[in-house]
Amino acid sequence: MCYADRRIVMHIPDGYLSPTTCAALYAASAPFWYVALRRLKRLLTTRLIPLLSVFAAFSFLVMMFNLPLPGGTTGHAVGVGIAAIVLGPWASILALSIALLIQALFFGDGGVTTLGANCFNMAIVGSLVAYLVYRLLAGRAAITAPRRVVAAALAGYTAINASAFCAALELGIQPLLFRDPSGAPLYAPYPLSIALPAMMIGHLSFAGLAELVLSGGVVAYFQRANPSFLKLTAPGVTRDDEELLQVPGRGAWSTMKPLWTALALLLALTPLGILGGGAAWGEWAARDFSDAAARGRIAAASRNLAPPAKAPQGLERLYSLWTAPFPQYAPAFVRRPALGYVLSAMFGSGFIILGFLIVSAMFARPRPTAEAGNKFSVFSEPPEPQHREHRGSQ
Amino acid sequence: MSFVERTLSNLVNGMERALYAEDLAKADGLLQRLDPRIKVIGLLSLLIVSATAHRLWVIGVVFAVAVSMAVMSRVSLAVLAKRVWVAILLFTGVIALPAPFIVPGREVMRLPLLDWGVTAQGLASACYLVARVETAATLSVLLILCTPWNHVLKALRVLKVPVVLVVTLGMTYRYILLLLQTAHDMFESRRSRMVGKLEGAERRRVAAASAGVLMSKSLQLSGEVYRAMLSRGFRGEVYVLDEFQTSTIDWIMLAVFVMLVSGGFYFGR
Repeated sequence: MCYADRRIVMHIPDGYLSPTTCAALYAASAPFWYVALRRLKRLLTTRLIPLLSVFAAFSFLVMMFNLPLPGGTTGHAVGVGIAAIVLGPWASILALSIALLIQALFFGDGGVTTLGANCFNMAIVGSLVAYLVYRLLAGRAAITAPRRVVAAALAGYTAINASAFCAALELGIQPLLFRDPSGAPLYAPYPLSIALPAMMIGHLSFAGLAELVLSGGVVAYFQRANPSFLKLTAPGVTRDDEELLQVPGRGAWSTMKPLWTALALLLALTPLGILGGGAAWGEWAARDFSDAAARGRIAAASRNLAPPAKAPQGLERLYSLWTAPFPQYAPAFVRRPALGYVLSAMFGSGFIILGFLIVSAMFARPRPTAEAGNKFSVFSEPPEPQHREHRGSQ
Repeated sequence: MSFVERTLSNLVNGMERALYAEDLAKADGLLQRLDPRIKVIGLLSLLIVSATAHRLWVIGVVFAVAVSMAVMSRVSLAVLAKRVWVAILLFTGVIALPAPFIVPGREVMRLPLLDWGVTAQGLASACYLVARVETAATLSVLLILCTPWNHVLKALRVLKVPVVLVVTLGMTYRYILLLLQTAHDMFESRRSRMVGKLEGAERRRVAAASAGVLMSKSLQLSGEVYRAMLSRGFRGEVYVLDEFQTSTIDWIMLAVFVMLVSGGFYFGR
C-alpha cells in the first residue's frame, strides 16, 4: 500500500496541477474517450467489456514489471507502446485510461483530480504517438521482420517521451498562471525552463529505455510465439504466418534484390568468355578431331596427350541430334560477338525464369485475400457466434 | 536482488495492498458505516477543496479533518504515516526541496555555509505543494481503505459515470487480482528454475517474453470470459443493483461535509 510511489514518475499526483488545468485536460481527453468508445463499440459490441477489462488489468500489471536496462539498472515502463501496437490506438486509449483510473481509485497511485491529465499524457498522447511512429517506421514490412522490432522499440521510446513532454508542459505552466497574492506559486513551483529539462533528461535517458526494451522485446517475442497478435497494426501485410516465417525479415523486393542484382551482373559479364584464348576442355565438336589446329588446342589443353585420330562414335552420333538456336552464342544476324553473348544470356535466363514461374503457378496454394489478411486477429478471437444479433444493443 | 525478485516483490506488494484495503473496509468505523454515495461525494469534495485552496491554513484544516476521520475509522496512523506521509515526503518533498532557493521573491535568510538565499515565496510554494499532496493522498487513501471496491463502483453510478465503464472497472479490478496471481506464479517458477546470473541481454529477453506471455494469457482469458458471459445470457445490457439505504448518521455526516466544503471554498479563495 504505497500510495505515493516514486517508481511511477509519470503519474502526476493530486496537488501538482491547478483545478483549472485539471478541468481543461479532462475536457481535452473527453472527445478522445468518446471517439474511442464509439469505434470500439462498433467493432466489438458485446466483447468490449471483457476485452477492455482484461487488457486494463494487463496494463496495470505491466507497470509493476521490473525491466533490466542496459548498464545494469532496472526501470518500469507504462506499456503504452505495446498496448498501441497490439490493440490499436483506440483500444489502447481506453485500456490505459481504465488502468490509470483503477490505480487512482483503488490503489492510490496518481491523483483523482489529475486523472484527466494523466490519461491525456499517457493513454491518449502516448497511444497515438506510439501508433503513428510504429506505422511510419514499420511500413509494409513483414510481420516477422526485424524492422518491426526496431519500429516498436522506437515507438515506445518516442511515446513515453511525448507523454513526458506533455506532463512537463503542464507542470511548467503552473507557476506562470497560478500564484498567491505574494507571488508564491500555488502548485508545481518550477517554470518551463526547469520542468522541461528535469522531466526530459530523465525520460530521454532512463525511463524511455524501459519502454524501448518492453515494446521491442514483446514484439520480438510475439514474432516468435504468436505473430497474429501483430496483425492489427500491420494492415498492408496479407500473407499468412507460415509463409512469412519462410521468408523472415524482409519484404519480397528487398529479399530478392541481391539475387536480381547478381543475375544482371552475370548477364552483363557473359562476353568475358570471348576474351580468353583457347577452347574450354571437353567442349569439343566432332569436326575438331579432324582439324589440325583444333587437334593442337585439344592436345595443349590435355597435358600434350594426343587426341584420338577420329571423333568418338557416340559423339559423332549425338552431335547432330540437337542444334542450338544460337550456335556459338550468337544469332546469325548479330555481327558483334559480345552483343551476341549478352543476348544469348538474356534469352537463356528468361527461359529459365519463365519455366520457374509456370511451375510455381501450377503448384502454388491459393493466397489469403486482402480482407482475410487484414482481419482483426486480436479482436476476432474467439469467434463471436451472436455478433450481428447483439449489434447496437449496448 | 535480481529483476525477477524485484518484480515478485512488486506483485506481492500489489496483492497486499488490495487485501489490506478489503480487510480494513470491513472494520467497524465512522467512514465504514457511511453510505458509500455520501462518502465518495464528501471525500472527493474535500479533495477538491484542498486542490483549490489559496491559503495554507485551509489546506491544514482539511488535513486535520482527514486525520480525525482516519482515527474515527480505525485506520492506523502508523500505517498512514509510514506508507503515505513519509512516502510522499520522500518523493514530493525532494521535488519541493529546491523551490525555496529557485523561486524568485523576497529573501528571508541565507544558508550559513552555502550562502544560498531562501525566498519567502519559494518556502510558501514548497509548503503548498507538500501540504496539498499530503492532504489529497490522505483523503483518497481513506476512501480506498474504508470502502469496499464494489461500493465505490456503485457510488460512481450516482456520479453519473456510464454503466459500461462502471462494470468494466469492476471486472478490471477482479482481473488485476487474478493476473497478479498469474504473474506472481510465472516469476516464482522462473526464479525456481534459474541458477546463476543471466547476461544483460538475456535478462531483458526474459522480462519482455514474460510480459508477452502475460499479454497472451490476458487475451485468452478475455476470450474465455466473453464465452462465459454469453453462455450466461449476456446480451450487452448491464444492470447494477442499487440497494443503498441512508440512515441518520449519513444525513449528519452529509451536513458536516457540506459545512466543511462550503467553509473550505469560502475561506480558501
